[in-house]
Amino acid sequence: MGKPSDLVQGTLDLLILRTLAIEARHGWAIAKRIQQISGEVLQVQQGSLYPALHRLEQQGWITANWAESETGRRAKFYELTAAGREQLEKETEIWKRLSGAINLVVQEG
Amino acid sequence: MLWRRKQAGEELDAELAFHLEQQIAENRAAGMDEREAREAALRLFGNPAALRDQVRDTWTWSAWEEFWRDVRQSLRALRRTPGFAVVSILVLALGIGANVALFALVRGVLLKPYPFPEANRLVRIYEADAQGRFQDNVVAGGDFADWKAQAKSFSGLAAKKPVRYGLSGTQGQLPEVVDAQQASWNLFPLLGVKPAVGRLFTASDDRRDAEATVILTWGLWKRRFGGNPAVIGSTVLLEARPYTVIGVLPAWFTYPNPQTQLWTAIYHERSPEVMSLHDAHNLNVVGRLFPSATLGQAQSEIAGIQAGIRRQYPAGAVMDSANIRPLVDSETHTVKVGLYTLFAATGCLLLIACLNIANLLVARAATRQKEAAIRAALGGSRWRLVRGQLIESLLLAVAGGALGLILAWAALKWLAMARPDVPRLETVHLDAWAWLFALGAVAVCGGMAGLIAASSSGDARILETLQESARSQGGSRGKVRLRRVLLALEVGLTVVLLIGAGLLLETYQHLRSIPLGYDANRLLTMTIRLPRGSYHDASSIVNFDDALLMRVRQLPGVRGAGLTNTLPGHGRDEDDDYVVKEHPPLPQGQTLDSSTIFVDPGYFAAMKIPLLQGEIFSDANRLDHANDILISQQLARDVFPNEDPIGKHIVTPYVFGADRPMRIVGVVGDIYLSPIEPLYPAIYYPLLSGDQRDASLVVRTAGDPAMLATSVEKAVSGIDRSLPVADVLTMDQVLDGALSEQSLNTLLLSGFGALSLLLAAVGLFGVLSYVVAQRTTEIGIRMALGAQRGQLVRQFLADGLRPAIWGLILGLAASAGVTQLMSTMLYGTRPLEPGVYLLVALGLIAVAAGACLAPAWRASQLDPIEALRRE
Repeated sequence: MGKPSDLVQGTLDLLILRTLAIEARHGWAIAKRIQQISGEVLQVQQGSLYPALHRLEQQGWITANWAESETGRRAKFYELTAAGREQLEKETEIWKRLSGAINLVVQEG
Repeated sequence: MLWRRKQAGEELDAELAFHLEQQIAENRAAGMDEREAREAALRLFGNPAALRDQVRDTWTWSAWEEFWRDVRQSLRALRRTPGFAVVSILVLALGIGANVALFALVRGVLLKPYPFPEANRLVRIYEADAQGRFQDNVVAGGDFADWKAQAKSFSGLAAKKPVRYGLSGTQGQLPEVVDAQQASWNLFPLLGVKPAVGRLFTASDDRRDAEATVILTWGLWKRRFGGNPAVIGSTVLLEARPYTVIGVLPAWFTYPNPQTQLWTAIYHERSPEVMSLHDAHNLNVVGRLFPSATLGQAQSEIAGIQAGIRRQYPAGAVMDSANIRPLVDSETHTVKVGLYTLFAATGCLLLIACLNIANLLVARAATRQKEAAIRAALGGSRWRLVRGQLIESLLLAVAGGALGLILAWAALKWLAMARPDVPRLETVHLDAWAWLFALGAVAVCGGMAGLIAASSSGDARILETLQESARSQGGSRGKVRLRRVLLALEVGLTVVLLIGAGLLLETYQHLRSIPLGYDANRLLTMTIRLPRGSYHDASSIVNFDDALLMRVRQLPGVRGAGLTNTLPGHGRDEDDDYVVKEHPPLPQGQTLDSSTIFVDPGYFAAMKIPLLQGEIFSDANRLDHANDILISQQLARDVFPNEDPIGKHIVTPYVFGADRPMRIVGVVGDIYLSPIEPLYPAIYYPLLSGDQRDASLVVRTAGDPAMLATSVEKAVSGIDRSLPVADVLTMDQVLDGALSEQSLNTLLLSGFGALSLLLAAVGLFGVLSYVVAQRTTEIGIRMALGAQRGQLVRQFLADGLRPAIWGLILGLAASAGVTQLMSTMLYGTRPLEPGVYLLVALGLIAVAAGACLAPAWRASQLDPIEALRRE
């Protein structure tokens, strides 16, 4: 499995948005969550994560707030906006179609 | 968002630090010790500085940041060469300022409609001559009445006439002569004007038997009546006769000019007989077209009606056609060519300024070529380099534009004083359009100069440029070629400007040197009008004239004095038809006419107009005994080619009546009534006949005429204290006023020409200096090999002059075409005057040679040893 930096850029955005769909998280927690769910296959590095977070924030899909973390330290928590939720639905739809199509080709082709 | 930059940066640092700590904590939880945990975390984290930059790049303001960095860099570069920056900004300020001012003028004076509702349907209608001899003739009252009755293209036709009134002081104010208009009652509703106070004329005010009424303009109401609304219904004295004030016009209403002080009803002021004549032309007719009517339809309709009137009255001065102009055009067509010429000239000047700045920037780019190459080699993007150039030139243009706007504002203020003759000048402001135009000029100038410079600096052959620096003698041929092309264009434009200026200068000199037919030196003039109320009959007028002339002639320092109704300098005042009693009747449709001038017998001596034949009519020609006249030389030559005019009789129906033949007693020299109009035949009638209330006094003085003004005015008030005296001017001032358009256009165009010549010279000097500096080594080698200094000077001189010669050829060719457009501004010269072209060509070559001589000389003075060591 390749490094996450090989992931198509849109895919990382999708992963981040999906992770935030349940609750607000800080950057570290987002990376950890993706790693856990994917069974340690997808490791998101800071060099990709933070530019992506800031880009999504600029686009208005997520907002950030400073709040106390589980360890008692102040951290920057990201959460989905209404626009972000719509975007997540749209991208999930596209992803399902795309991955389904690739599956078909890989299995049947 | 820019101001939050610092805070956002700190937050990012905190965010990343938190991430790192979490990683360390996790590592420690996995069993690493403190140091190990930190190192492993940092390893995983990568380069924090790079990460920070990557994140920052996603912030939208990074483009701004880069832009500001470029701006700061350009400012630093400009500060390093302050001379260049200051000169460029001044040149651009002058160019942009002149253009903005002219733009505001052209828009305000020529293009902007009057502030009336649906002003685009307002027109002026003139009488014309089907053969095209008279185009914009004023309209006879009878013709106006017929048009009004018959024309179908207009929702309304109104008449007005400029007049002057003596306004007496009723509450202790001084008496004054005011500019006024007489108008038919429907003019204001036709224009769409509502009164500010009181009411406007109604049809019942506009009759001969109505009570006399007057409407004040806002300016007069404020100035003379303190803006008091109680003035409505009160009485003022015009020409010493009572008029009831019925209304005040709004402040914005300055039609037809801001000098107009009050309005009276025209059919009340003029007799029904005069208003029904077809051959006494004196009205300005304004019409409002129906929305369905076009200018062309209306034109042919009125021309048709007028042709019919002519068929009805085949004899006399009745016109047979008409023409129509849009209202704005009718007031401004006299200054149109002049304004457009100046606008074109300022456009040229700005283009020259731009080219020159591009040129200087190219030179700077050349000296910074190595820097550019190094930056390109280190991965600086081409766009970034071009952008740098562009920002630099735009900065110059913005500074120039800001200064230019101030200059434009000052220029318009000055012009309002220098050229009171320009119509509608009061409406010219630096409005939003002028600002937009200035912005556009800044963008175009900055963009053009920057792009020209950038196109030369960004060649991709980085390696070559870096290598070239070792052997500089062959370098940058392309760059020099570009600069030469720019220079040739610059010189070409300069030549066009200089030739235009030269032609105007020639015209002006011609106008000022025409022998006017009288001696304009040491002559004091002023106008006096005798109000009808207190000077109601001819003998009271003549008594005043006699007393005035006697008193003035006795003043110390006075060499002579005379009275006339037509002061030379202003042009023809009144023309009338006449017949020679002794001659057979003229063929049908032909008429003779001449200027009608009234003078007293002493006028000719005072003006130094020579008597050529016969004698001056005597002092006895007064009141009912006025029987003698004088004719001008031109009239004598044209009408009495092979006979003696003395003793012949002339009948002028509209001056002294058809039954009163006047005897010609002498012939006097021709005089120009205006320095810019051709000679016209004239008949001089005895002023002491007593029906001229308006007179100009001319006083020949021994010394400075202005010094005598006060004592002459005192002589007037010594006879009648209530008499207003106006226009106290020396004849030189009168003539300057008559030539103010010519003199100002000439002055401005010459100024622009001189400035562009200077710019071209600076450009030539710069290019050749640069070439010499580039080729120092080559020169050293050639000298070492035995080249003569004289030969070097000649070579470099030829090198520098080549673009000037190309530009000269280009400019001469362009001028031959362009100057045709200004032929209506030229008198006594023509668009292809060879003298002017030759002078400009020689002058330009001389200046160009002068500019090139210094660098060429410097090249020849190089010490070969020094030159070679420079490597």
